[in-house]
Amino acid sequence: MIPLASIIDAFVGAFDFILHQREAVTGGVQVGGPEYIWTFARTQLEVSAVALAGALAVALPVGLVLGHIGKGEFFAVGFGNAGRAVPEIAVVFLLASLIGIGLGNVALALGILGLPPILTNTFVAMRQVDRTTVDAAEGMGMRPWEVILRVELPLAAPTIMAGIRTAAINIFATATIASFVGLSTLGDFITNRSVYGDDGVLAGAIVIAVLAALIELTLAGVQWLVTPRGVKLQRVTRSA
Amino acid sequence: MIPLAAEGVLLADAANKCAPGLPADFCQKHEVTGCVGGNGLFCFDWAADNFDRYVGPFFRHLEIVAISVVAGFVIAVALALLSHRHRALAPPILGGTGVLYTIPSVAFFFLLLPITGFGLATAVIPLSAYTLQIIYRNTLVGLANVPPDAKDAGRGMGMSERQLLWRVELPLATPEIIAGLRIATVSTVAIASLAFLAGAGGLGQPLIEQVSFNTNIILVGVLTMAMALVLDLLLVLAQRFVTPWRRVRAG
Repeated sequence: MIPLASIIDAFVGAFDFILHQREAVTGGVQVGGPEYIWTFARTQLEVSAVALAGALAVALPVGLVLGHIGKGEFFAVGFGNAGRAVPEIAVVFLLASLIGIGLGNVALALGILGLPPILTNTFVAMRQVDRTTVDAAEGMGMRPWEVILRVELPLAAPTIMAGIRTAAINIFATATIASFVGLSTLGDFITNRSVYGDDGVLAGAIVIAVLAALIELTLAGVQWLVTPRGVKLQRVTRSA
Repeated sequence: MIPLAAEGVLLADAANKCAPGLPADFCQKHEVTGCVGGNGLFCFDWAADNFDRYVGPFFRHLEIVAISVVAGFVIAVALALLSHRHRALAPPILGGTGVLYTIPSVAFFFLLLPITGFGLATAVIPLSAYTLQIIYRNTLVGLANVPPDAKDAGRGMGMSERQLLWRVELPLATPEIIAGLRIATVSTVAIASLAFLAGAGGLGQPLIEQVSFNTNIILVGVLTMAMALVLDLLLVLAQRFVTPWRRVRAG
Protein backbone atom coordinates (compact mmCIF):
# COMPACT_ATOMS: atom_id res chain seq x y z
CA MET A 1 0.00 0.00 0.00
CA ILE A 2 1.17 3.49 -0.84
CA PRO A 3 1.69 5.64 2.29
CA LEU A 4 -0.78 8.44 2.90
CA ALA A 5 1.94 11.09 2.96
CA SER A 6 2.99 10.38 -0.63
CA ILE A 7 -0.63 10.39 -1.78
CA ILE A 8 -1.09 13.84 -0.24
CA ASP A 9 2.21 14.96 -1.80
CA ALA A 10 1.00 13.84 -5.21
CA PHE A 11 -2.21 15.87 -4.97
CA VAL A 12 -0.44 18.93 -3.52
CA GLY A 13 1.99 18.76 -6.46
CA ALA A 14 -0.87 18.47 -8.94
CA PHE A 15 -2.64 21.53 -7.53
CA ASP A 16 0.64 23.43 -7.65
CA PHE A 17 0.89 22.51 -11.36
CA ILE A 18 -2.63 23.83 -11.95
CA LEU A 19 -1.98 27.11 -10.12
CA HIS A 20 1.64 27.98 -11.00
CA GLN A 21 3.94 27.88 -14.02
CA ARG A 22 7.08 25.80 -13.77
CA GLU A 23 9.88 24.55 -16.01
CA ALA A 24 9.08 21.37 -17.93
CA VAL A 25 10.79 18.16 -16.79
CA THR A 26 12.57 18.12 -20.14
CA GLY A 27 13.82 21.67 -19.46
CA GLY A 28 13.56 24.89 -21.43
CA VAL A 29 9.87 25.66 -21.75
CA GLN A 30 7.49 26.83 -19.06
CA VAL A 31 4.47 24.59 -18.46
CA GLY A 32 1.50 24.57 -16.09
CA GLY A 33 -0.52 27.38 -14.58
CA PRO A 34 -4.14 28.32 -15.32
CA GLU A 35 -3.52 30.06 -18.64
CA TYR A 36 -1.38 27.25 -20.00
CA ILE A 37 -3.92 24.58 -19.03
CA TRP A 38 -6.78 26.69 -20.41
CA THR A 39 -5.40 26.53 -23.98
CA PHE A 40 -5.68 22.72 -23.85
CA ALA A 41 -9.06 22.84 -22.11
CA ARG A 42 -10.33 25.21 -24.79
CA THR A 43 -9.33 22.84 -27.58
CA GLN A 44 -11.10 19.99 -25.80
CA LEU A 45 -14.24 22.08 -25.20
CA GLU A 46 -14.24 23.32 -28.80
CA VAL A 47 -13.90 19.90 -30.38
CA SER A 48 -16.55 18.53 -28.00
CA ALA A 49 -18.98 21.37 -28.77
CA VAL A 50 -18.57 20.92 -32.53
CA ALA A 51 -19.05 17.16 -32.18
CA LEU A 52 -22.15 17.54 -29.99
CA ALA A 53 -23.68 20.09 -32.37
CA GLY A 54 -23.09 17.73 -35.30
CA ALA A 55 -24.54 14.73 -33.47
CA LEU A 56 -27.59 16.81 -32.49
CA ALA A 57 -28.12 18.07 -36.04
CA VAL A 58 -28.27 14.49 -37.31
CA ALA A 59 -29.78 12.42 -34.50
CA LEU A 60 -32.42 14.82 -33.18
CA PRO A 61 -34.45 15.30 -36.41
CA VAL A 62 -34.20 11.58 -37.25
CA GLY A 63 -35.35 10.61 -33.75
CA LEU A 64 -38.18 13.17 -33.77
CA VAL A 65 -39.55 12.02 -37.13
CA LEU A 66 -39.16 8.28 -36.44
CA GLY A 67 -40.74 8.74 -33.00
CA HIS A 68 -43.61 10.78 -34.43
CA ILE A 69 -44.52 8.23 -37.10
CA GLY A 70 -43.71 5.35 -34.72
CA LYS A 71 -41.51 3.47 -37.16
CA GLY A 72 -37.93 2.22 -37.03
CA GLU A 73 -37.92 1.12 -33.39
CA PHE A 74 -35.53 -1.73 -34.16
CA PHE A 75 -33.12 0.73 -35.80
CA ALA A 76 -33.43 3.53 -33.23
CA VAL A 77 -33.21 1.36 -30.12
CA GLY A 78 -30.81 -1.22 -31.56
CA PHE A 79 -28.45 1.55 -32.69
CA GLY A 80 -28.31 2.83 -29.12
CA ASN A 81 -27.62 -0.61 -27.68
CA ALA A 82 -24.96 -1.40 -30.28
CA GLY A 83 -23.38 2.00 -29.68
CA ARG A 84 -22.62 1.09 -26.09
CA ALA A 85 -20.49 -1.84 -27.21
CA VAL A 86 -18.22 0.22 -29.46
CA PRO A 87 -14.78 0.89 -27.94
CA GLU A 88 -14.44 4.64 -28.43
CA ILE A 89 -10.65 4.58 -28.60
CA ALA A 90 -10.77 2.24 -31.63
CA VAL A 91 -13.17 4.57 -33.48
CA VAL A 92 -10.92 7.58 -32.81
CA PHE A 93 -7.80 5.71 -33.94
CA LEU A 94 -9.44 4.24 -37.05
CA LEU A 95 -10.80 7.56 -38.26
CA ALA A 96 -7.48 9.24 -37.50
CA SER A 97 -5.72 6.55 -39.54
CA LEU A 98 -8.19 6.70 -42.44
CA ILE A 99 -8.88 10.43 -42.77
CA GLY A 100 -6.07 11.96 -40.75
CA ILE A 101 -5.93 14.01 -37.57
CA GLY A 102 -7.10 17.55 -36.98
CA LEU A 103 -9.91 19.25 -35.12
CA GLY A 104 -12.54 18.61 -37.80
CA ASN A 105 -11.74 14.93 -38.18
CA VAL A 106 -11.64 14.29 -34.45
CA ALA A 107 -14.95 16.15 -34.12
CA LEU A 108 -16.37 13.80 -36.76
CA ALA A 109 -15.26 10.71 -34.81
CA LEU A 110 -16.64 12.13 -31.55
CA GLY A 111 -19.87 13.20 -33.24
CA ILE A 112 -20.47 9.64 -34.46
CA LEU A 113 -20.04 8.42 -30.88
CA GLY A 114 -22.63 10.97 -29.74
CA LEU A 115 -25.34 9.76 -32.14
CA PRO A 116 -26.66 6.60 -30.37
CA PRO A 117 -27.76 8.04 -27.00
CA ILE A 118 -29.43 11.08 -28.62
CA LEU A 119 -31.24 9.03 -31.26
CA THR A 120 -32.44 6.33 -28.86
CA ASN A 121 -33.58 8.74 -26.15
CA THR A 122 -35.37 11.00 -28.64
CA PHE A 123 -37.19 8.05 -30.16
CA VAL A 124 -38.19 6.55 -26.81
CA ALA A 125 -39.20 9.97 -25.44
CA MET A 126 -41.47 10.63 -28.43
CA ARG A 127 -43.12 7.23 -28.09
CA GLN A 128 -43.79 7.83 -24.40
CA VAL A 129 -45.84 10.96 -25.08
CA ASP A 130 -49.47 10.25 -24.17
CA ARG A 131 -51.30 9.24 -27.38
CA THR A 132 -54.53 10.93 -26.30
CA THR A 133 -52.66 14.24 -26.09
CA VAL A 134 -51.39 13.77 -29.64
CA ASP A 135 -54.87 12.81 -30.82
CA ALA A 136 -56.29 15.93 -29.20
CA ALA A 137 -53.67 18.08 -30.95
CA GLU A 138 -54.49 16.47 -34.29
CA GLY A 139 -58.18 16.90 -33.61
CA MET A 140 -57.58 20.62 -33.10
CA GLY A 141 -56.29 20.70 -36.68
CA MET A 142 -52.55 20.92 -35.99
CA ARG A 143 -50.28 19.94 -38.85
CA PRO A 144 -47.79 17.08 -38.27
CA TRP A 145 -44.83 19.45 -37.77
CA GLU A 146 -46.89 21.52 -35.33
CA VAL A 147 -47.74 18.37 -33.37
CA ILE A 148 -44.04 17.46 -33.25
CA LEU A 149 -42.72 20.89 -32.30
CA ARG A 150 -45.51 22.23 -30.07
CA VAL A 151 -46.87 19.12 -28.36
CA GLU A 152 -44.56 16.11 -28.54
CA LEU A 153 -41.18 17.88 -28.32
CA PRO A 154 -41.98 19.85 -25.12
CA LEU A 155 -43.37 16.75 -23.41
CA ALA A 156 -40.44 14.62 -24.60
CA ALA A 157 -37.83 17.28 -23.76
CA PRO A 158 -36.69 15.94 -20.36
CA THR A 159 -35.89 12.45 -21.71
CA ILE A 160 -34.29 13.87 -24.87
CA MET A 161 -32.15 16.13 -22.68
CA ALA A 162 -31.05 13.10 -20.64
CA GLY A 163 -29.78 11.54 -23.87
CA ILE A 164 -27.97 14.76 -24.81
CA ARG A 165 -26.31 14.77 -21.36
CA THR A 166 -25.06 11.22 -21.86
CA ALA A 167 -23.78 12.10 -25.32
CA ALA A 168 -22.06 15.28 -24.10
CA ILE A 169 -20.26 13.50 -21.27
CA ASN A 170 -19.19 10.64 -23.59
CA ILE A 171 -17.92 13.09 -26.19
CA PHE A 172 -16.02 15.21 -23.66
CA ALA A 173 -14.48 12.12 -22.05
CA THR A 174 -13.45 10.69 -25.41
CA ALA A 175 -12.00 14.03 -26.53
CA THR A 176 -9.32 13.31 -23.91
CA ILE A 177 -8.22 10.35 -26.00
CA ALA A 178 -7.84 12.60 -29.04
CA SER A 179 -4.44 13.57 -27.65
CA PHE A 180 -3.25 10.04 -28.52
CA VAL A 181 -3.71 10.92 -32.18
CA GLY A 182 -2.11 14.33 -31.90
CA LEU A 183 -4.87 16.83 -31.05
CA SER A 184 -3.75 18.87 -28.04
CA THR A 185 -6.61 18.32 -25.63
CA LEU A 186 -6.28 17.94 -21.86
CA GLY A 187 -5.24 14.34 -22.51
CA ASP A 188 -1.86 15.80 -23.48
CA PHE A 189 -0.93 16.14 -19.81
CA ILE A 190 -1.68 12.47 -19.33
CA THR A 191 0.16 11.16 -22.40
CA ASN A 192 3.28 13.28 -21.90
CA ARG A 193 4.55 12.35 -18.47
CA SER A 194 8.14 12.94 -19.63
CA VAL A 195 7.34 16.62 -20.23
CA TYR A 196 4.85 17.43 -17.48
CA GLY A 197 5.95 14.97 -14.80
CA ASP A 198 3.71 13.17 -12.33
CA ASP A 199 2.25 16.49 -11.16
CA GLY A 200 1.14 17.36 -14.68
CA VAL A 201 -0.45 13.95 -15.25
CA LEU A 202 -2.50 14.17 -12.06
CA ALA A 203 -3.32 17.84 -12.72
CA GLY A 204 -4.68 16.85 -16.13
CA ALA A 205 -6.88 14.17 -14.58
CA ILE A 206 -8.22 16.63 -11.98
CA VAL A 207 -9.04 19.31 -14.57
CA ILE A 208 -10.78 16.76 -16.84
CA ALA A 209 -12.91 15.43 -13.98
CA VAL A 210 -13.86 18.94 -12.77
CA LEU A 211 -14.81 20.13 -16.27
CA ALA A 212 -16.89 16.98 -16.86
CA ALA A 213 -18.75 17.64 -13.61
CA LEU A 214 -19.37 21.27 -14.65
CA ILE A 215 -20.74 20.16 -18.03
CA GLU A 216 -23.02 17.65 -16.32
CA LEU A 217 -24.27 20.29 -13.85
CA THR A 218 -24.90 22.83 -16.62
CA LEU A 219 -26.84 20.33 -18.72
CA ALA A 220 -28.81 19.15 -15.68
CA GLY A 221 -29.81 22.81 -15.26
CA VAL A 222 -30.83 23.00 -18.92
CA GLN A 223 -32.83 19.81 -18.52
CA TRP A 224 -34.70 21.38 -15.60
CA LEU A 225 -35.36 24.52 -17.65
CA VAL A 226 -36.75 22.65 -20.68
CA THR A 227 -39.04 20.49 -18.55
CA PRO A 228 -42.57 21.93 -19.00
CA ARG A 229 -44.11 23.25 -15.79
CA GLY A 230 -46.98 20.79 -16.09
CA VAL A 231 -44.61 17.83 -16.20
CA LYS A 232 -42.72 19.14 -13.15
CA LEU A 233 -45.97 19.51 -11.20
CA GLN A 234 -47.02 16.03 -12.24
CA ARG A 235 -43.77 14.64 -10.85
CA VAL A 236 -44.14 16.43 -7.56
CA THR A 237 -47.69 15.18 -7.03
CA ARG A 238 -46.72 11.67 -8.10
CA SER A 239 -43.81 11.38 -5.69
CA ALA A 240 -45.80 12.99 -2.83
CA MET B 1 7.75 9.19 -30.19
CA ILE B 2 5.14 10.13 -27.67
CA PRO B 3 5.83 8.23 -24.46
CA LEU B 4 2.70 7.07 -22.73
CA ALA B 5 2.27 7.33 -19.03
CA ALA B 6 2.34 3.57 -18.58
CA GLU B 7 5.95 2.46 -18.30
CA GLY B 8 7.28 0.62 -21.30
CA VAL B 9 4.30 1.43 -23.47
CA LEU B 10 5.29 3.42 -26.50
CA LEU B 11 3.49 4.59 -29.55
CA ALA B 12 5.75 2.73 -31.90
CA ASP B 13 4.75 3.95 -35.31
CA ALA B 14 6.49 7.34 -35.34
CA ALA B 15 9.95 5.78 -35.16
CA ASN B 16 9.06 3.10 -37.63
CA LYS B 17 10.25 3.31 -41.20
CA CYS B 18 8.74 0.18 -42.71
CA ALA B 19 4.97 0.58 -42.50
CA PRO B 20 2.68 2.80 -40.52
CA GLY B 21 1.78 1.34 -37.20
CA LEU B 22 3.95 -1.75 -37.26
CA PRO B 23 6.48 -2.37 -34.50
CA ALA B 24 10.11 -2.31 -35.65
CA ASP B 25 10.82 -5.90 -34.57
CA PHE B 26 7.96 -7.12 -36.71
CA CYS B 27 9.26 -5.32 -39.78
CA GLN B 28 12.74 -6.81 -39.36
CA LYS B 29 11.32 -10.33 -39.35
CA HIS B 30 8.65 -10.02 -42.02
CA GLU B 31 8.52 -8.70 -45.52
CA VAL B 32 6.03 -5.87 -45.40
CA THR B 33 4.54 -5.43 -48.83
CA GLY B 34 1.05 -5.70 -50.23
CA CYS B 35 -1.82 -5.17 -47.85
CA VAL B 36 0.28 -4.71 -44.71
CA GLY B 37 2.85 -2.47 -46.40
CA GLY B 38 0.11 -0.31 -47.88
CA ASN B 39 -1.85 -0.33 -44.60
CA GLY B 40 -4.99 -1.70 -46.24
CA LEU B 41 -8.31 -1.49 -44.44
CA PHE B 42 -8.15 -5.08 -43.19
CA CYS B 43 -5.42 -7.61 -44.05
CA PHE B 44 -6.95 -11.05 -43.49
CA ASP B 45 -3.66 -12.91 -43.96
CA TRP B 46 -1.87 -10.79 -41.39
CA ALA B 47 -4.78 -11.13 -38.96
CA ALA B 48 -4.80 -14.91 -39.34
CA ASP B 49 -1.01 -15.18 -38.91
CA ASN B 50 -0.89 -12.87 -35.91
CA PHE B 51 -4.08 -13.81 -34.14
CA ASP B 52 -2.14 -15.32 -31.23
CA ARG B 53 -0.99 -11.80 -30.27
CA TYR B 54 -4.57 -11.03 -29.28
CA VAL B 55 -5.47 -14.17 -27.33
CA GLY B 56 -3.71 -13.19 -24.09
CA PRO B 57 -5.03 -9.60 -24.08
CA PHE B 58 -8.51 -10.93 -24.93
CA PHE B 59 -8.69 -13.14 -21.85
CA ARG B 60 -7.11 -10.45 -19.69
CA HIS B 61 -9.83 -8.09 -20.95
CA LEU B 62 -12.47 -10.69 -20.02
CA GLU B 63 -10.92 -11.04 -16.57
CA ILE B 64 -11.01 -7.26 -15.98
CA VAL B 65 -14.65 -7.11 -17.12
CA ALA B 66 -15.70 -10.12 -15.02
CA ILE B 67 -14.13 -8.79 -11.81
CA SER B 68 -15.49 -5.27 -12.37
CA VAL B 69 -19.05 -6.34 -13.18
CA VAL B 70 -19.28 -8.91 -10.39
CA ALA B 71 -17.94 -6.42 -7.83
CA GLY B 72 -20.26 -3.67 -9.11
CA PHE B 73 -23.23 -6.05 -9.12
CA VAL B 74 -22.70 -7.19 -5.53
CA ILE B 75 -22.30 -3.63 -4.25
CA ALA B 76 -25.22 -2.23 -6.27
CA VAL B 77 -27.67 -4.98 -5.30
CA ALA B 78 -26.63 -4.70 -1.65
CA LEU B 79 -27.22 -0.94 -1.77
CA ALA B 80 -30.58 -1.49 -3.47
CA LEU B 81 -31.70 -3.99 -0.81
CA LEU B 82 -30.64 -1.54 1.87
CA SER B 83 -32.59 1.33 0.33
CA HIS B 84 -35.56 -0.95 -0.38
CA ARG B 85 -35.90 -1.21 3.40
CA HIS B 86 -34.88 2.38 4.15
CA ARG B 87 -36.41 4.56 1.43
CA ALA B 88 -34.61 7.73 2.50
CA LEU B 89 -31.29 6.24 1.34
CA ALA B 90 -32.30 6.13 -2.33
CA PRO B 91 -31.81 9.80 -3.36
CA PRO B 92 -28.29 10.17 -1.88
CA ILE B 93 -27.17 6.82 -3.34
CA LEU B 94 -28.57 7.71 -6.77
CA GLY B 95 -26.78 11.06 -6.55
CA GLY B 96 -23.50 9.54 -5.41
CA THR B 97 -23.41 6.84 -8.08
CA GLY B 98 -24.38 9.51 -10.62
CA VAL B 99 -21.35 11.60 -9.67
CA LEU B 100 -19.08 8.56 -10.08
CA TYR B 101 -20.57 7.92 -13.51
CA THR B 102 -19.70 11.46 -14.63
CA ILE B 103 -15.94 11.11 -14.06
CA PRO B 104 -14.32 10.37 -17.44
CA SER B 105 -12.55 7.02 -17.32
CA VAL B 106 -9.14 8.37 -18.37
CA ALA B 107 -9.27 10.91 -15.55
CA PHE B 108 -10.54 8.30 -13.08
CA PHE B 109 -7.62 5.95 -13.78
CA PHE B 110 -5.03 8.68 -13.33
CA LEU B 111 -6.71 10.08 -10.22
CA LEU B 112 -6.36 6.64 -8.65
CA LEU B 113 -2.76 6.02 -9.74
CA PRO B 114 -1.16 7.88 -6.81
CA ILE B 115 -3.40 5.91 -4.44
CA THR B 116 -3.51 2.38 -5.83
CA GLY B 117 -0.55 2.33 -8.25
CA PHE B 118 -0.30 0.62 -11.65
CA GLY B 119 -2.25 -2.60 -11.94
CA LEU B 120 -5.56 -4.39 -11.85
CA ALA B 121 -7.08 -2.51 -8.88
CA THR B 122 -6.71 0.87 -10.59
CA ALA B 123 -8.62 -0.45 -13.61
CA VAL B 124 -11.28 -2.37 -11.71
CA ILE B 125 -12.29 0.38 -9.24
CA PRO B 126 -13.50 2.89 -11.91
CA LEU B 127 -15.04 0.17 -14.09
CA SER B 128 -17.07 -1.26 -11.24
CA ALA B 129 -17.98 2.26 -10.06
CA TYR B 130 -19.52 2.94 -13.50
CA THR B 131 -21.77 -0.15 -13.24
CA LEU B 132 -23.26 0.90 -9.87
CA GLN B 133 -25.85 3.40 -11.05
CA ILE B 134 -27.58 1.35 -13.74
CA ILE B 135 -27.68 -1.87 -11.67
CA TYR B 136 -28.75 -0.03 -8.52
CA ARG B 137 -31.51 1.89 -10.28
CA ASN B 138 -32.84 -1.15 -12.14
CA THR B 139 -32.85 -3.30 -9.00
CA LEU B 140 -34.76 -0.62 -7.11
CA VAL B 141 -37.29 -0.23 -9.94
CA GLY B 142 -37.64 -3.99 -10.21
CA LEU B 143 -38.36 -4.34 -6.50
CA ALA B 144 -40.81 -1.42 -6.59
CA ASN B 145 -42.70 -2.98 -9.51
CA VAL B 146 -43.42 -6.27 -7.74
CA PRO B 147 -47.24 -6.55 -7.68
CA PRO B 148 -48.65 -6.01 -4.16
CA ASP B 149 -50.88 -9.05 -4.73
CA ALA B 150 -47.83 -11.31 -5.04
CA LYS B 151 -46.44 -9.96 -1.77
CA ASP B 152 -49.80 -10.39 -0.05
CA ALA B 153 -50.00 -13.97 -1.28
CA GLY B 154 -46.54 -14.62 0.15
CA ARG B 155 -47.47 -13.10 3.50
CA GLY B 156 -50.67 -15.13 3.48
CA MET B 157 -48.55 -18.26 3.08
CA GLY B 158 -46.82 -17.27 6.31
CA MET B 159 -43.54 -16.03 4.83
CA SER B 160 -41.29 -13.81 6.94
CA GLU B 161 -40.05 -10.52 5.43
CA ARG B 162 -36.74 -12.21 4.61
CA GLN B 163 -38.42 -15.15 2.88
CA LEU B 164 -40.66 -12.73 1.03
CA LEU B 165 -37.60 -10.85 -0.27
CA TRP B 166 -35.70 -13.92 -1.46
CA ARG B 167 -38.60 -16.04 -2.72
CA VAL B 168 -41.04 -13.46 -4.10
CA GLU B 169 -39.62 -9.96 -4.54
CA LEU B 170 -36.14 -10.71 -5.94
CA PRO B 171 -37.30 -13.41 -8.39
CA LEU B 172 -40.02 -11.12 -9.73
CA ALA B 173 -37.53 -8.24 -10.03
CA THR B 174 -35.04 -10.42 -11.93
CA PRO B 175 -35.92 -9.20 -15.47
CA GLU B 176 -35.20 -5.57 -14.52
CA ILE B 177 -32.06 -6.50 -12.60
CA ILE B 178 -30.70 -8.47 -15.56
CA ALA B 179 -31.63 -5.67 -17.96
CA GLY B 180 -29.41 -3.37 -15.87
CA LEU B 181 -26.68 -5.99 -15.68
CA ARG B 182 -26.69 -6.33 -19.47
CA ILE B 183 -26.21 -2.61 -20.04
CA ALA B 184 -23.48 -2.51 -17.38
CA THR B 185 -21.64 -5.50 -18.87
CA VAL B 186 -21.70 -4.26 -22.46
CA SER B 187 -20.51 -0.78 -21.43
CA THR B 188 -17.76 -2.24 -19.24
CA VAL B 189 -16.40 -4.34 -22.11
CA ALA B 190 -16.09 -1.16 -24.21
CA ILE B 191 -14.56 1.03 -21.47
CA ALA B 192 -12.11 -1.72 -20.44
CA SER B 193 -10.31 -0.92 -23.71
CA LEU B 194 -8.73 1.90 -21.71
CA ALA B 195 -7.60 -0.32 -18.83
CA PHE B 196 -4.09 -0.36 -20.31
CA LEU B 197 -3.78 3.24 -19.05
CA ALA B 198 -4.04 1.88 -15.52
CA GLY B 199 -1.36 -0.69 -16.34
CA ALA B 200 -3.89 -3.54 -16.35
CA GLY B 201 -3.55 -4.62 -20.00
CA GLY B 202 -6.53 -5.95 -21.93
CA LEU B 203 -7.35 -5.42 -25.61
CA GLY B 204 -6.29 -1.77 -25.42
CA GLN B 205 -2.69 -2.97 -25.05
CA PRO B 206 -2.22 -4.35 -28.60
CA LEU B 207 -4.26 -1.39 -29.85
CA ILE B 208 -1.96 1.26 -28.39
CA GLU B 209 1.17 -0.55 -29.60
CA GLN B 210 0.22 -0.07 -33.27
CA VAL B 211 -2.09 2.94 -33.34
CA SER B 212 -2.23 3.59 -37.07
CA PHE B 213 -2.21 0.04 -38.47
CA ASN B 214 -5.81 -0.35 -39.68
CA THR B 215 -5.91 -4.14 -39.38
CA ASN B 216 -4.87 -3.91 -35.74
CA ILE B 217 -7.45 -1.24 -34.90
CA ILE B 218 -10.29 -3.11 -36.59
CA LEU B 219 -9.28 -6.45 -35.08
CA VAL B 220 -9.28 -4.97 -31.56
CA GLY B 221 -12.60 -3.23 -32.22
CA VAL B 222 -14.23 -6.40 -33.57
CA LEU B 223 -12.89 -8.59 -30.74
CA THR B 224 -14.16 -6.09 -28.15
CA MET B 225 -17.62 -5.86 -29.69
CA ALA B 226 -17.77 -9.64 -30.12
CA MET B 227 -17.02 -10.08 -26.42
CA ALA B 228 -19.78 -7.61 -25.55
CA LEU B 229 -22.25 -9.40 -27.83
CA VAL B 230 -21.45 -12.87 -26.48
CA LEU B 231 -21.68 -11.75 -22.83
CA ASP B 232 -24.97 -10.00 -23.61
CA LEU B 233 -26.39 -13.18 -25.18
CA LEU B 234 -25.23 -15.25 -22.21
CA LEU B 235 -27.09 -12.90 -19.87
CA VAL B 236 -30.26 -13.19 -21.98
CA LEU B 237 -29.96 -16.98 -21.75
CA ALA B 238 -29.31 -16.76 -18.01
CA GLN B 239 -32.46 -14.72 -17.59
CA ARG B 240 -34.55 -17.30 -19.46
CA PHE B 241 -33.03 -19.97 -17.24
CA VAL B 242 -33.70 -18.23 -13.91
CA THR B 243 -37.19 -16.98 -14.78
CA PRO B 244 -38.86 -20.07 -16.31
CA TRP B 245 -42.38 -18.79 -15.50
CA ARG B 246 -41.97 -15.98 -18.03
CA ARG B 247 -41.40 -18.47 -20.82
CA VAL B 248 -44.67 -20.18 -20.02
CA ARG B 249 -46.55 -16.91 -20.05
CA ALA B 250 -44.98 -15.87 -23.35
CA GLY B 251 -45.85 -19.20 -25.00
